[in-house]
Amino acid sequence: MADKIERDDHSGVETTGHEWDGIKELNNPAPRWWLMVWLVTTIWAIGYWVVYPAWPTLSGEGERGGTVGNSGWTQYTQLEESQAEILQQRAKYLSDFEKASYSEITKNEALYAFGLAGGASAFKDNCATCHGTGGAGAPGYPNLNDDDWIWGGSLDDIEMTIAYGIRADHEETRYNEMPPFDEMLDQNTIEMITDFILSDQPAGAPAYADNCASCHGDTGRGSQEMGGPNLKDVIWLYAGTRADIIAQIKRPKHGMMPAWHSRLDKQTIRQLSLYVHSLGGGEM
Amino acid sequence: MSDQHEKPVLSTDQPLQLFEKQKRIFPKRVWGKFRKLKWLAMLITLSIYYLAPFLRYNRGPNAPDQAILIDLADSRAYFFFIEIWPQEVYFLTGILIVAAIGLFFLTSLFGRVWCGYLCFQTVWTDLFVWVERFVQGDRNARLKLAKSKWSLEKARKYLTTHALWLLISLGTGGAWVFYFNDAYVLLDQIFHLDVEPSVMGWIIALTLSTYLMAGFAREQVCTYMCPYARFQSAMFDQDSLVIGYDDRRGETRGKLKKGQDLTKRGHCVDCTACVQVCPMGIDIRDGLQMECIACGLCVDACNSVMDKLSLPHGLIRYDTDRGFREDRPNGSPPSVKPHYLRLRTLWYVGILVSVSVGILYGLLTRSPLDLHVIHDRNPLFVTLSDGTIRNGYDIKILNKTHHDKMYKVTFEGADGITTKVQGVGNYSLIALPVFADSVAHFRVFVMAPAQQNPRTPITVTLTDPFTGLTDHYETIFVSKKYDD
Ligand code: SF4
Ligand code: SF4
Repeated sequence: MADKIERDDHSGVETTGHEWDGIKELNNPAPRWWLMVWLVTTIWAIGYWVVYPAWPTLSGEGERGGTVGNSGWTQYTQLEESQAEILQQRAKYLSDFEKASYSEITKNEALYAFGLAGGASAFKDNCATCHGTGGAGAPGYPNLNDDDWIWGGSLDDIEMTIAYGIRADHEETRYNEMPPFDEMLDQNTIEMITDFILSDQPAGAPAYADNCASCHGDTGRGSQEMGGPNLKDVIWLYAGTRADIIAQIKRPKHGMMPAWHSRLDKQTIRQLSLYVHSLGGGEM
Repeated sequence: MSDQHEKPVLSTDQPLQLFEKQKRIFPKRVWGKFRKLKWLAMLITLSIYYLAPFLRYNRGPNAPDQAILIDLADSRAYFFFIEIWPQEVYFLTGILIVAAIGLFFLTSLFGRVWCGYLCFQTVWTDLFVWVERFVQGDRNARLKLAKSKWSLEKARKYLTTHALWLLISLGTGGAWVFYFNDAYVLLDQIFHLDVEPSVMGWIIALTLSTYLMAGFAREQVCTYMCPYARFQSAMFDQDSLVIGYDDRRGETRGKLKKGQDLTKRGHCVDCTACVQVCPMGIDIRDGLQMECIACGLCVDACNSVMDKLSLPHGLIRYDTDRGFREDRPNGSPPSVKPHYLRLRTLWYVGILVSVSVGILYGLLTRSPLDLHVIHDRNPLFVTLSDGTIRNGYDIKILNKTHHDKMYKVTFEGADGITTKVQGVGNYSLIALPVFADSVAHFRVFVMAPAQQNPRTPITVTLTDPFTGLTDHYETIFVSKKYDD
């Protein structure tokens, strides 16, 4: 510290007494407006600490640690409030939606839009992993946009499939299983059946009638009651080349759709059904 | 070694100030041609500002009838017969270009008349100074009051002044929100103190900013904050009108001594009237300065002094640089007339005309209907059981008329197209309903056999069957490539 106050010749301002390489620091006061702003913000900050949560603490007054202002406001309460608000807004629609049948919903623009919006977001959360975000599926995971339905494409059928799944762990699940024919039929018969499926070659007809017709129908057009896929359209759950079909007859692959009954509530499942139905292939 | 650098000789009693403190300016009252013009300009601009939202304009049913309205909630802007949707902000761009070039044009012709007469900072500051003078008296009284110790009298005068300022500011902030709401409805709401917080927020913000800017910041805004003041010199040339002091005629200045013949000396009697009236606090006799807003008040002040001395007007005057440099006998009126027709002004006229024509063309040919089509990305296409390809499209129809409409939409370009509108209501593409002044969304499936071209161009056409007007949108129909 300098003992006596020194003034800078040039500007007449006091120096702080600090000197670096002959350069002395001037003791200019901060501008008054700056000081005022600083004071006001300081007072504001103190008020803020009292009113709002401000200081983190180890255990904390609030349930999540930190001081809680006397206003009681936290981001958690704000979040809860806005969520409650959304739920409240939805509640009106939801109770209407709950009471309405599918045929009523599909005639009511507001309820239908509500269902689709809910279904679309539930789809992205739960279904997109297997069926793709656009519902286009992949080999083994059905395309939900097309008009080919293994277990039926009406709103009720779709709802049932979503709720109880396919080959899932639920007593109401839809279940079927294609046996491995390589243990029962010889290679030649399997090839004849394949040619019958692909190009109606009559040689395979008797073997088809004996082994396949019960599930896939007499003409190969499938059976939604049995969950037997249509073999005469251009849509294949697994690939549709001759070799793929032979392989599928010999050692069939089976997919599994989980039952969502216990994981999603009934109204969400109904919203999902509406959404899937709306993708373009829904049956009336 | 001797010290070669001499220390600057500066008195330590008068320390060097690196920052200048704001000097308070107490402009003196003045009367004359330009003062009158300024009052007139204030009357006109403020009347427009305060009254314009209350004008009505009939647009027929389903549309607001306020002549000038920016409807943020429905994202529409209305200006008499012009109606702008968010998609058409380019009109706004055009209007801004016209405003900017118009300002440049005005500046190149008449100098800083915008600053002196029309700029809202000038107008409101002028009004605030008037209030100041109304309550506290003219320059000398105000100076004395400012220097005097606090007393009941001083407090009363200051309180009245600030109360009036706040009242005017409130009027300013209040008027602003009328441009964004139905003015009459809002006025009623304001009287019943039943306004939305956002509206309240705007009123408070504009009240405070007016109070601060016109009451305290004043000329500081023009000198330090306004960018336009800074680059105006780029628009000046020797033919721009500026305020100037004719130093050939005025110098050598000096106080008038008894019996002196004024025709034999400089005409400036150093009365500082021109300095005292200047709202920018400058002495124009020092020459043209950046701070000068060309308000002409010093001209009025000096002319009235010249009247008393029976000397001709124009010691301080609006003139061009060429005019001030002209050689002429002392006191004779300037003979150099400004050239208004210059390359620069012609350029501005050219730009103004072409942009205005562009805007006008845009407005006159503005289509009352608009079509947007988005092809589904996921999945790009769907193969149906029988091998037909299906593509999905989201179509958006903008009905900018004030009537409910039925539109027809067709898809053309691929072979064997069939269509289906998805959603509630069994709509068909022959008649898609769209309410007046609104946008409607429809989801359309287009089915066709697989096309030769995996990305077949498709033209979607929107038709208003009654007016025959159409709009088109080019998109694609995606289908699998033929394997064989
Ligand atoms: S110098 Fe004259 S014209 Fe310029 S701002 Fe001052 S009073 Fe107005
Ligand atoms: S008002 Fe005219 S006469 Fe008086 S000081 Fe200014 S220029 Fe000189």
